[in-house]
Amino acid sequence: MKRYLFLFLSVSLLVSSCTETNPSGPDPDDFDRKAILENWAENIIIPALTDFSQKTESLKTAGNNFAENPSQQALEALRDEWKTGYLAWQQVSMFETPKTMEIRFRNNLNIYPVDTAKVKENIGQGEYNLNLPSQIDQQGFPALDYLLYGLAESDSEILAFYNSGENSSDYRNYVVDLVTRIDSLTDIVLNDWNSSYRHEFVNNSGNGANSSIDMMVNDYIFYYEKNLRAGKIGIPAGVFSGTPLPQNVEGVYSREFSKELFLESLTATQNFFNGKHFNSETTGSSLSNYLDFLNTIKNGTDLTQLINQQFEASRTKAQNLNSSFVDQVETNNSLMLQTYDELQKNVILMKVDMLQALNINVDYVDADGD
Amino acid sequence: MSTASINTYLNSYSKAAPLAVFRVFFGLLMLISIVRFALNGWIQKLYIEPDFFFSYYGFEWVQPPGEWTYLIFAVCGLSAIFISLGFKYRFAVITFCLSFTFIELMDKTTYLNHYYFISILSFLMIFLPANSYFSVDAARNPTLKAEFIPSWTIDVIKLLLFIVYFYAGLAKLNSDWLFQAMPLKIWLPAKYSIPLLGDLLQQSWVHFAFAWGGALYDLSIPFLLLIKRTRIFAFILVVIFHILTRILFPIGMFPYIMIISALIFFDAGLHTRILDRISTFLKIDLDAFNNSERYSFKSSISKKFSLSILGAFFLFQLLFPFRYLLYPGELFWTEEGYRFSWRVMLIEKAGYANFKVVDSETQKRFYVDNTEFLTRFQEKQMSTQPDFILEYAHHLEEYYQNRGIEDPEIYVESFVALNGRRSAPYIDPEIDLTTIKRNLKPKKWILPFNDEIKGL
Repeated sequence: MKRYLFLFLSVSLLVSSCTETNPSGPDPDDFDRKAILENWAENIIIPALTDFSQKTESLKTAGNNFAENPSQQALEALRDEWKTGYLAWQQVSMFETPKTMEIRFRNNLNIYPVDTAKVKENIGQGEYNLNLPSQIDQQGFPALDYLLYGLAESDSEILAFYNSGENSSDYRNYVVDLVTRIDSLTDIVLNDWNSSYRHEFVNNSGNGANSSIDMMVNDYIFYYEKNLRAGKIGIPAGVFSGTPLPQNVEGVYSREFSKELFLESLTATQNFFNGKHFNSETTGSSLSNYLDFLNTIKNGTDLTQLINQQFEASRTKAQNLNSSFVDQVETNNSLMLQTYDELQKNVILMKVDMLQALNINVDYVDADGD
Repeated sequence: MSTASINTYLNSYSKAAPLAVFRVFFGLLMLISIVRFALNGWIQKLYIEPDFFFSYYGFEWVQPPGEWTYLIFAVCGLSAIFISLGFKYRFAVITFCLSFTFIELMDKTTYLNHYYFISILSFLMIFLPANSYFSVDAARNPTLKAEFIPSWTIDVIKLLLFIVYFYAGLAKLNSDWLFQAMPLKIWLPAKYSIPLLGDLLQQSWVHFAFAWGGALYDLSIPFLLLIKRTRIFAFILVVIFHILTRILFPIGMFPYIMIISALIFFDAGLHTRILDRISTFLKIDLDAFNNSERYSFKSSISKKFSLSILGAFFLFQLLFPFRYLLYPGELFWTEEGYRFSWRVMLIEKAGYANFKVVDSETQKRFYVDNTEFLTRFQEKQMSTQPDFILEYAHHLEEYYQNRGIEDPEIYVESFVALNGRRSAPYIDPEIDLTTIKRNLKPKKWILPFNDEIKGL
């Protein structure tokens, strides 16, 4: 019996010594997966959320100022804060936690198109409960977009709604309620991270369906596919409907910012992939170096490079887009479709190649395997 | 081998204890499997919640009967108890075989080699006198009771195990497994949080050691189990190997089934001791079964019938796994002839399938949200296997026809990554899948695999 054991061991050794002579990639012992989670939490998510919460605070102040005195000046100030906040939102929208799921953070802040009829109904009745799931398309940034830009053609006509219209005070209250809610929901999420979730997130560093990495990567790809690729480009361009839907553009009423919002979101997703610290040039551990570690070199190029190249290709294509996607889909939709195609290529690279390399299942299925 | 020696073999007898032990444990493990399946909520999740089920070719008529699915599982579990007790054995094992196979045929999304193994093993057991010893049947029916049974009725189980292991080993003799350590190189590093092993699993040499060790194990274990001198060592390997796979992979009950099955290779002495223990514990009089009688088939016709069925069965088992040779293209890519061939853990595929519906009348087009029709699990399986893709496309055709599109054309943009290669286009995106019929002919609409995997 010992002979067989010896044979087995020596064959194993033989095999290992054959392969050990040409190791590839970084030293495996050096790779620390927990460092990814720390980097995500400490250098990306919490700083981005902190920044966003400061901006929602300013937005709230501007909203209250506007409600007190709906002047042209106050309107412009509020629009500025709205835009700043909306851009900052693009940096945090992708990060799901149990808390964001519970309060439907993303849905409450950015479901578009806004249901303008219901918004007007809410204002007309003066009574509404924005906490209800049925109210998600009557609040958040898209509802403000409508209220600050879309009520009428000219600024003076818009201001009239707040100053002299039949329920002008209800209009003012609605704006205050919207900015207050954006700010308070953001505080809930940030406080959750700062109090307990950070610790929980970083220490859930195992492998498996419910580990932080698996969940975050799934949510990240979901965001890229559904919110960025489809929501910001594909749906307005009519990829799913056959005909363009300009009314489904993000920021449809302000018109001028849709491209900026999209690019901000694209940059945020790429920065997350590369572990780039929020508002800084420093990079830390993330999917990019995890993939490098896993040595997924294919077709002569590595996956990190392929994905980054694809991010760049999407950005390059998008540079030619009109700053207003409404104008873009109405005048030259094919450029939108081309941008979509570039974005789509990264869905495949991330959802197929990256997930395989990381051995993460798309929304893990709990069943036996072979 | 002469006819005479075949006849001598067919008329040789062995102690019935090994087959009785096998029956007892098989029934128990099946019962545990069914209960575990139910407790995990999988009956609901896999067979009741989905709106659509993928069928094996020719078995489209097997569909989950809604809430009645629970009944099928109950019947299956009950029959497993009966098998274990050896009570109404023949009826129980036929019921088990049918109900278990029915369950497996309901949705091929859940296909596993293990399940196929259980199906054919239980089929085999229909023809074996596993209830002639240490069974309720034998206790109640003295004419059935037999201390000795034909040796071949034990050896056929060994033969089936032999085929399973050896074919699994042969399938590992390919360049991805041996020279790239794929897909182990993908799977093992992800198990970093396993205590003690976690760090080792990051090392390239470990992946290769597992790959070569695994192939060597599968190819040699049937021989090591057959040869008396190496049997104990082989059994230790069986235990280590299967426990290891249990730790590393979500493999369910299969490791335990294989460990228990391997006991059949041991001499009757061991099985007698096992039965002795059980008898003492349960206060059963084991001696009552030791009647020195030989099991005899009801008639020579029934014996011949059993033997010819089993002959055909094994011929099928030996040949069927090689049907892939009838198909052009890379087996791992097209998966034509992949199932039912003991190809275990050989491929890691990830896919993406985006279906486009075109109304041929208006030329209006849109994309399908797969999650509207399939569970995540079904979508995952569908996106990497051509027969699933086609069946799903046909389902979509029917769905949109009912929705008023008279002649929908269905196209798929699909990408598949196989064993760590970069994802590549999988199905011809120009093909209207509604024009393709389901059959077993080579699927020419699968795009070629731009690489080569050498080996069997």
